[in-house]
Amino acid sequence: MKKYRVVIVGAGIIGVSIARVLSMYENFDVSIAEMEPDVGWGISKANTSIIHPCHEEDPERYPLRARLCREGNSIWMEWVKELDILARWPGELMVFHSSEEEREARKYISFAIKNNVPGVQVIYRDELQSYEPTINPDAEGALYAPTAGMISPFEAVIAIAENAIENGVKLIVDTRVSNVKITNHSVVGVDTNRGSIDADIIINAAGLYADHVSHMAGVARSFYIKPRRGEYIVFDEGVDIKPKKILHTTPTPTTKGVYAITTVHGNLMIGPTAEDLPVDARESRTTTENGLSYLLKEGGRILNRVPPPSKIIRRFAGLRPEPPQGEWLIEVYTDPFGFVNVAGIRSPGLTAAPAIANYVLKLMIKKYDITLVKKASWVRHRKSINRIRELSLERLDELIRKNPSYGKIICHCRTVSEAEILEAIDRIIKIGVKPTVDGVKFRTTAGFGKCQGSFCRWRIALLISRKLDIPLHSVVIKRSPYGLGDVKLLLRSRMVNKT
Amino acid sequence: MNSSEIISGAKEELICIICPIGCSLEVYRDSDDIHVKGALCPKGIEYAKQEFLDPRRVVMTVVRVKNGDLPVVSVKTSVPVLKKCINDIMMITASIEVVAPVEIGQVIARDICGANIVATREVKKINNCD
Amino acid sequence: MIERKVSVMVVGAGPAGIAAATKAAQLGLETVLVENRDILGGIPLQCVHPGFGLHYFKEDMTGCEFIHRLIDRMHRAGVETIVNAYVHSIEFYSQLEKNVNVVTQSGILRINTKTVIYTAGARERHLFELNVHGDRIDGIYTAGEAQTIMDLYGVLPGKDVVIIGSGDVGLIMARRFALEGANVKAVIEIMPYPGGLLRNIVQCLKDFNIPLYLGHAVTEIIGSKRVEAVKVAKVDEDQRPIRSTEFEITCDTVVIAAGLVPNIDLLEKIGVAVDPRTKGPIVNEYLETSIPGIFAAGNALVVNDLVDYAAEQGEIAADGAKIYIENCGIPTRNWTRIKPGRNLRFVVPHYVSRERDVVLYARVQKPERNVYLSIANFKAKMLSLRPAEMIRIKIPFNRILEDNHRVISVEVVPYE
Repeated sequence: MKKYRVVIVGAGIIGVSIARVLSMYENFDVSIAEMEPDVGWGISKANTSIIHPCHEEDPERYPLRARLCREGNSIWMEWVKELDILARWPGELMVFHSSEEEREARKYISFAIKNNVPGVQVIYRDELQSYEPTINPDAEGALYAPTAGMISPFEAVIAIAENAIENGVKLIVDTRVSNVKITNHSVVGVDTNRGSIDADIIINAAGLYADHVSHMAGVARSFYIKPRRGEYIVFDEGVDIKPKKILHTTPTPTTKGVYAITTVHGNLMIGPTAEDLPVDARESRTTTENGLSYLLKEGGRILNRVPPPSKIIRRFAGLRPEPPQGEWLIEVYTDPFGFVNVAGIRSPGLTAAPAIANYVLKLMIKKYDITLVKKASWVRHRKSINRIRELSLERLDELIRKNPSYGKIICHCRTVSEAEILEAIDRIIKIGVKPTVDGVKFRTTAGFGKCQGSFCRWRIALLISRKLDIPLHSVVIKRSPYGLGDVKLLLRSRMVNKT
Repeated sequence: MNSSEIISGAKEELICIICPIGCSLEVYRDSDDIHVKGALCPKGIEYAKQEFLDPRRVVMTVVRVKNGDLPVVSVKTSVPVLKKCINDIMMITASIEVVAPVEIGQVIARDICGANIVATREVKKINNCD
Repeated sequence: MIERKVSVMVVGAGPAGIAAATKAAQLGLETVLVENRDILGGIPLQCVHPGFGLHYFKEDMTGCEFIHRLIDRMHRAGVETIVNAYVHSIEFYSQLEKNVNVVTQSGILRINTKTVIYTAGARERHLFELNVHGDRIDGIYTAGEAQTIMDLYGVLPGKDVVIIGSGDVGLIMARRFALEGANVKAVIEIMPYPGGLLRNIVQCLKDFNIPLYLGHAVTEIIGSKRVEAVKVAKVDEDQRPIRSTEFEITCDTVVIAAGLVPNIDLLEKIGVAVDPRTKGPIVNEYLETSIPGIFAAGNALVVNDLVDYAAEQGEIAADGAKIYIENCGIPTRNWTRIKPGRNLRFVVPHYVSRERDVVLYARVQKPERNVYLSIANFKAKMLSLRPAEMIRIKIPFNRILEDNHRVISVEVVPYE
């Protein structure tokens, strides 16, 4: 059996899903090169977090998208259990306000039939309230799709990465691929800012930069990714408007759907906007005033009431990779041999990710003539960090008696204990990542609450500084250190300048 | 404009901080007397003269601590010092490091610009033996 | 689970909680004080500046000195304290008996108590509560966080600083940064007048030549990894930025000192009525909330500018707890509702019995000079009122209110 050295470019949901699937087999020796300091910090971190039923995918225009989305929806139901990822499956309502919108909504019934999506039906006003008490009473009806779900997308990436790494995948972060090395029409490796990595197969899952990587390999030269910005607003957990189901407006030829959901963490979230940015604006995650007012307005069309803006605890924006004509580029090349594109994975990429991973493997087997050998020792399951906020007092009491650190609460808004923070730090180190405050935040939700970390950020930073035995000021928050140095740094430098 | 005022710099505009009214005061010197305009009460006049002739502040900051349960201790000057001394005090606090334990009220440095630097917090010694 | 029974449980060991626990113990009530941090004292621990205790101890002290003395006094009164204790939930056996579930490092502690004095302080308003847009990058701190890491943990956050908000917290942090050698580029205040005490304007900004932009707002934060600049614009009368006036200030650090909000999550969960003006609970003259036996004091009740008043409220609540315990509940009174009238943002407490003198706390909406504070036929002369300075005044309600006064408004009125 030939063992293929595989380099996956990008540790987003696509990259780690492929890594997990490949890690099941003896045939591959997999590394993931990620340009960010942690996994899932690109497109995967900031999106609507929906696992779509896939009745919105046009099976004629986008057959691949439709098929993989539908498959992905089913695979996620298994993966979230295997990997202990926070998820809910409440179903969704596509809300319509007029006969025109109803016509649009009804279009998706035929998609549902062709895509084999179960249970899709139109509900009218008289029934709507019993499906969803928070719905705008002016809504004429909604298209109901019971198989819609939602997950914590960043937790999903972390969970899959942890599992893949346990099964032998290597992760290298802070590593930006600058060149794809090709000899005799075959890939031999990549150059990065941290040196070269030899490879027999290179899988391009570079998200917003996937076109660049593809061009490095000399394929799909006319393929360009356009960043599309989506803004979101998140409300305090305490607001009384908490939709049970996933709600969204009916997309029309001119407007995209806006969602109103209760996230798996218990917050009302409204979004996204959709704004096409210039090709080079791939880091522009700024929120805008227009975005905010648009979301409040659209939220008002779906919900019986939008909580006041004063209850917004966070605004954020994510970028989506929009490929030409909305078409995913999934291709396994024989020239250069060993190059694989999984590029331009726009929505429903999160839903389809596990199915895309299976599909990519299937294409590779065919094109590269691989005979798979299953690993005997492959570990299917991964446990999440204990989340004490979900425990009964009795369970928590037991847990504290085993480990008193569960009894020390660091994030008061979301009831996150020191033990959870310490475990997050350990897990970050275990996957080969340098602990950051943001890394801990996305693993524990400490800092997600009402105070947005003003009471707990320094506590988390202190725990990291002790664990790594580094000064507090050099703990990294997201991408830069907490402080410049000790508090007397500037005065001391003045003294030096004088003498 | 009186050119002598500019040369001597002997005119100043102040906000009175004695009470919430916050009178806008104008202080100036002619020959050997000091005049205050704009004060609604005698306390304001007194404040303006003090600020004009001899402005003083209590300076508060932190000083680094070795082997403490916290890496810094808060300190203040025991008495108000001349405003122009603030920088000197800061440079001195930047150059010293004290060793834990530190008691509240402990003198950290003596007789700087006419004041002592005094700890305003307790810092316990940490046990490094384990 | 460990079970305990007490008469008074105080939640939060800041100045209000410590004063409340001390007073309750002095009144002979069995009292326990729980604090979720590992150290008693709350926010004054990180306050190296003076201005504490002028009313309470008749002495000007730094925050650390003030709280140190308060803690000493509490220990002498024999209060039991539990640190690293997080109040998880409050359950009601009956209105007169509550079980408070506390998470500690030795397990869950279930405290059966007759009264709770809630003194959990306030939280800071953060970036997302302001009309500021842009990227969520490093280099943005709330003032309290900056103060904690500078003055407790000795970390310098940055060197070129813009401060949002000219309340006392913002002004004091401006001076702290300037003293340590940082370049404080500007303090930006959205209102047309400063939010802090005049003393702080003079001693924190003027002493260090720090520019104060009144009637301006930060509209956007710019930077890739860390803050590189902020956009600032003048605002119109409705505090909307005027885009044509926008300009940039380069900086590496943004400090948000945009005010505090009472930290009452736990009270809201059990259904305590909240005053939309103070964002704290609605209380009677004993500082008892709408749920019998649950009292509130300090910044969890109303955001104070002086620690002295927070401590005073703690004592009032402790007195209330004593009356509650002696009578198995605060006896029914023919309450008069107090409402803020002309030029008042809020008045606390909200209900008075007309049976005794009561201390009122109030804050004006905008600065005004030569006015009376007026309630029914009672008038107190005030030379100057500013939003930065909370009004504290003892009112002889027994003498000024008639029986028919169901609702009475407190107003600021100009001299005739």
